[in-house]
Amino acid sequence: MENISAQITQVAPLEHYILLSAVLFSLGVLGVLLRRNVIIMFMSIELMLNACNLLLAAFSAFHSSAAGQIFVFFIMIVAAAEVAVGLAIIVMIYRNIHSIDINELSKLKW
Amino acid sequence: MNALLVLSIAGLAALFSGFSHNKKLAVIVSLLGLAVAFTVNVLDWNTAVRYYNDMIFVDNYAIAFTGVMALTMLLIVALFVDYKESVEVPNAEIFALLFFSLAGGVMLVSYSNLLMLFLGIEILSIPLYILAGSKRHTLTSNEAAIKYFLLGAFASAFLLFGIVLIYGVTASFHIETIAAYIKNANGQPPALLVAGMFMLIGGLGFKISAAPFHFWTPDVYQGSPTIVTTFMSTVVKTAGIAAFYRLFAYAFPAITAEWIPTISVLAALTMTVGNVTAVFQSSVKRMLAYSGIAHAGYLLIAFVSISSNPASSVLYYLIAYAVSTVCAFAVLMVIQHTTGSEEVDGFKGLSKRSPFLAFITTVAFISLAGIPPTAGFFAKFYLFSGAVKAGHLWLTIIAVLNSCIAIYYYFRVITAVYSEGTDSTPVELGTVQKAVMIITAVLAVALGLFPEMIISLL
Repeated sequence: MENISAQITQVAPLEHYILLSAVLFSLGVLGVLLRRNVIIMFMSIELMLNACNLLLAAFSAFHSSAAGQIFVFFIMIVAAAEVAVGLAIIVMIYRNIHSIDINELSKLKW
Repeated sequence: MNALLVLSIAGLAALFSGFSHNKKLAVIVSLLGLAVAFTVNVLDWNTAVRYYNDMIFVDNYAIAFTGVMALTMLLIVALFVDYKESVEVPNAEIFALLFFSLAGGVMLVSYSNLLMLFLGIEILSIPLYILAGSKRHTLTSNEAAIKYFLLGAFASAFLLFGIVLIYGVTASFHIETIAAYIKNANGQPPALLVAGMFMLIGGLGFKISAAPFHFWTPDVYQGSPTIVTTFMSTVVKTAGIAAFYRLFAYAFPAITAEWIPTISVLAALTMTVGNVTAVFQSSVKRMLAYSGIAHAGYLLIAFVSISSNPASSVLYYLIAYAVSTVCAFAVLMVIQHTTGSEEVDGFKGLSKRSPFLAFITTVAFISLAGIPPTAGFFAKFYLFSGAVKAGHLWLTIIAVLNSCIAIYYYFRVITAVYSEGTDSTPVELGTVQKAVMIITAVLAVALGLFPEMIISLL
């Protein structure tokens, strides 16, 4: 583990990993906020989660601690569970309104 | 911790009881499971054991909040016996999902590792996404599900990024190790850690529907079946607040100067937005959603006195709020069934149709408004006096002003109950329904008369 840590930071310093993850995460945020297609919004959320995964792996190698990499597995499992439920909800909506545009759903307003 | 096992097993048992032809079996299994979970939970009192390689720390704080959530869910499941609104999903599946959600809630109040915080939030939320959409052919329910799902996943991602940044600085997910690291930093925590903490505030603020992260709440509460809304606004809120409070009490007590200004602004904003918007609502269900936002704002006041005030004021407030909210929703379910509307006008003439219901409604809304001698008043009293003692006078003044606004919209319902209505047919009530209403109303008054019972617990 010590060895890997040295190797990784030799190739690229930790700041680069932080910057890359922050950029990926921001792209995900923008995707959720700007796009109106539910599936694209959904994929943007996955992008945010994967930015977290990447950063966790980098920190884990940097600190020579395995905890971060174990956390990544949990995030993957949770993401899979979310996909299962999320796609089911999207299918349910598609059957009712034959569209997956979020703007079509605006029955609830005060 | 045993409660967690019992709840998971009871969830599976409730799910499989759906195969039985006896429709009542699922309810009986669920009530039994909750009663057993509550008992084994209380038996652990004063033990404070760390489980699973120090992932979960079951102290009195965890036990108290687990007990509150189990009892609240018990009342909600009992309401199912006489529940008339169609949910389009067999009761057994609803109960199983509620149990799994509650298991996530138990993890949220007893975690000592940020991994458990993340998993707890997800286990709490994922069943709720399904429950919100359980009226499959109703568009409002669909809308509630997709909004809750997208925004919930969005907020979890923020929470996760916050956890990752904190891990990057401290090399640990354990909340006590993080606290020790911060203490060693001598009041100069690295910027990355502070950024991570603010992302955690955002993610958790979403879960407890604090403004400006509250936009999903009214839509989701209104679109979901009423019984699911009751669960969301009581059990889920309890779990969210308890997790939030635990994080700041354990991990960040050394840098209060960094987060108290933010949390106080958040608290002031949340209660003002919640109360002012609630005034303009004609639907009682939506009004209760905004009132839930406002109550989250009051609860955030407890955070500013985190080092001087015991957690029991939060516990007491959440119990008072849960009891009155379950009571109010129980009445709303009856009104929805008999008049077909959830508007304030639906409550008109209720005193003629059923004096009993009129009385219960009055107690529930008086307690929500915080008028003595109900529990709601003393709950607010303990929170506000804690904030004054900690020197946050302006926050308390805003909170008191907000309580005055709240009285206006709660009393709109009460005056509707005692005004003349067009319909005068008597309202039929189920036995269990009636029992739940009596229990919650009696608790709302009894806890107000004897607040020491709860306040002395933690």
